[in-house]
Amino acid sequence: MSIMNTETANKEQEVAQETMRITGSEAIIRCLMAEGVDILYGYPGGAIMPVYDELYKFRDQIHHVLTRHEQGAAHAAQGYARISGRVGVAIATSGPGATNLITGIADAQIDSTPIVCITGQVASHLLGSDAFQETDIVGISTPVTKWNHQVTKASEIPEVIAKAFYIAKSGRPGPVLIDITKDAQFGELDFKYEKCTGIRSYIPIPKTKPEAVSAAAELINGAKKPLIVWGQGVILGRAENELKAIIEKAGIPASWTILGASALPTSHPLNVGMVGMHGNYAPNKLTNECDLLIAIGMRFDDRVTGSLNTYAKQAKIIHFDIDPSEIDKNVKTDVAVIGDSKDSLAKLLPLLNKNTHTDWLQEFKDLYAIEFEKVIKDDLTPTKEGLTMGEVLKQINIETKGNAAIVSDVGQHQMIACRYAEFTTTKSNITSGGLGTMGFALPAAIGAKMAAPDREVVAIIGDGGFQMNIQELGTIFQQKAAVKVVVLNNGFLGMVRQWQQLFFDKRYASTEMTNPDFVAIAKGYYIESKRVTKREELADAVKEMIASKNSYFLEVCVEKEDNVFPMIPSGASVSDVRLS
Amino acid sequence: MNEEIKSFTISIYTENNIGLLNRISAIFQRRHINIESLTTSQSEIEGVNRFVIVVNISEINAKKIIGQFEKQVEVIRAYYHTDDQTIYTESCMFKIKSSLLFEEPQIQNIIKESNTRIVTVNKEFFVLEKSGRRNEIESLRRDLNVFGIMQFVRSGRIAITKDEMKITEALLAFNNQ
Repeated sequence: MSIMNTETANKEQEVAQETMRITGSEAIIRCLMAEGVDILYGYPGGAIMPVYDELYKFRDQIHHVLTRHEQGAAHAAQGYARISGRVGVAIATSGPGATNLITGIADAQIDSTPIVCITGQVASHLLGSDAFQETDIVGISTPVTKWNHQVTKASEIPEVIAKAFYIAKSGRPGPVLIDITKDAQFGELDFKYEKCTGIRSYIPIPKTKPEAVSAAAELINGAKKPLIVWGQGVILGRAENELKAIIEKAGIPASWTILGASALPTSHPLNVGMVGMHGNYAPNKLTNECDLLIAIGMRFDDRVTGSLNTYAKQAKIIHFDIDPSEIDKNVKTDVAVIGDSKDSLAKLLPLLNKNTHTDWLQEFKDLYAIEFEKVIKDDLTPTKEGLTMGEVLKQINIETKGNAAIVSDVGQHQMIACRYAEFTTTKSNITSGGLGTMGFALPAAIGAKMAAPDREVVAIIGDGGFQMNIQELGTIFQQKAAVKVVVLNNGFLGMVRQWQQLFFDKRYASTEMTNPDFVAIAKGYYIESKRVTKREELADAVKEMIASKNSYFLEVCVEKEDNVFPMIPSGASVSDVRLS
Repeated sequence: MNEEIKSFTISIYTENNIGLLNRISAIFQRRHINIESLTTSQSEIEGVNRFVIVVNISEINAKKIIGQFEKQVEVIRAYYHTDDQTIYTESCMFKIKSSLLFEEPQIQNIIKESNTRIVTVNKEFFVLEKSGRRNEIESLRRDLNVFGIMQFVRSGRIAITKDEMKITEALLAFNNQ
């Protein structure tokens, strides 16, 4: 585990300047090391065996983590990337190994996560012959990758891998897949590695136009009721400090999308909460009351906007984004500031007037008070018998003092985690936002913990999603990854059940689960575990889990039929956010 | 911007790489946009390919998909133009039985009046070629169809835009970085 500290990870390996005659598979490992890769996640198989043979030789310099399924490898690479901002790497064989990566790749594409996936492929003379474990992974992955490429000659390897890392991490990040035929792995080349610094057809960071920034400043300075909605673009652009400076100077209430969470501490007085389907009452309601909506590094996802026909129609819109294709894609903007978020916000700051907007901020406080009375109080300090997901989050906040990275899966527990987790540190909310991939959290938490071993990493998972990648308990055990895994077990696919209750007349089609003994399963992997069924056991159990130096599994049996509120019904207006 | 559906010519300048056609067609497919015609060739710049694609969509959607094309790593620039903003043509070929040339003198008049070129003639068949607008080609096909056509083929649209497309400048800007 000594090779997994962040210090060595940041220190990129010395690049070999002299050329040397080596095999393609050795070149792959040397390229990865030259890009500073210290850990990669994967699963061996026929078409990638030459690379695994080299991984064996280089095992003191690069740590390969054997996940129990290739999907786990892709999500672990995502978790690694999301907590560290570095490129995550996953590796798999051809055919089923490669196709098993696809869900993770699609997730990384829609959530702009920099990962590089390397797949083995049958030898080039067999391509197109329906050979054993041959699949057209380049064709399959095209719509869900930022870039992909098939290598059929050893000599192409250094340049293609250099491009892969450059593309994955530059501009708006995303997944890259490199498919390498077995003969290219066995073949020899004169190896020399040069990092990619530019591609003529690719503009990763469009230059911020000063006139767009001034137009934005003018609108902000003139606004009476401005509202910021920031997204992951702030985190990816490392613009957290600039965002904070702006909201403090101009006194603007700031809300966040699910992927933007943790860029500003939860406790910040101008942090007015989450927008979207299960977001906070105030920012959703007041989206349709503000006179200026300032979107920063977010993409107006339908789960954020609800019905577009009634979304912020009264407001002027400013949109900051690095990706020009996001401008006017869903919401028509008045001023678009295209460019890197850190750079754009830094240029905006000196142009803003000091302001407070006290009355406007009070409107958020008033609506929060309503939400607190009708929803939050009962979620966090319930008086009924059954345990709520919210009170589990509250205990985790208390024990971790908001310093943990929370890795959530998909469903009710995810919404509760994002609503109630308290964050002090950026890059701490790791969840599958755009794709909504159940099974994401367990492997992503492993990747996150290994990338940031000094941080507390708590996975919050439902009983449904847990069983989608439950095999990764084996990876936790083998790697001794000190991940804390909390399963909030309500015996249902809770979010689908909630929709069935509210919109399908309580016809609970295939949402009730007969679950196994999760604690026994975790124990089978020699992971310290506990089950909590009563409120009086909860605080001690969470305390024990957080105090543990090792991995820990905690199952909390929560109320079976609780619902998550507030809620904007699918296709409704943000103004119609419901509290019950 | 206009939501009326009309014909747009999309020009995409790209690197010459395997798989790019797949990436471009996937962008249309995902949005359920039918491709009316697609032509790809070398462009005025060595090593740079040009796709000319005709689709019937609204201008709003034309603008959005241009953004999606330009987002692709190997796409240099993409543009959309209306028919008025381009000079365009299509080309077609006919294979017809040679005996008809003598039996049906009307065919010779059709060839002359339509400015159609005879590519080859042999004992069994002759081949005609014509470039022009879709309606000219359609009218020629209708006229010849009366006598019997052995084979007919029409190309996609090729188009030159009236305004300048600053591809060379874009590439130079990269080189000068």
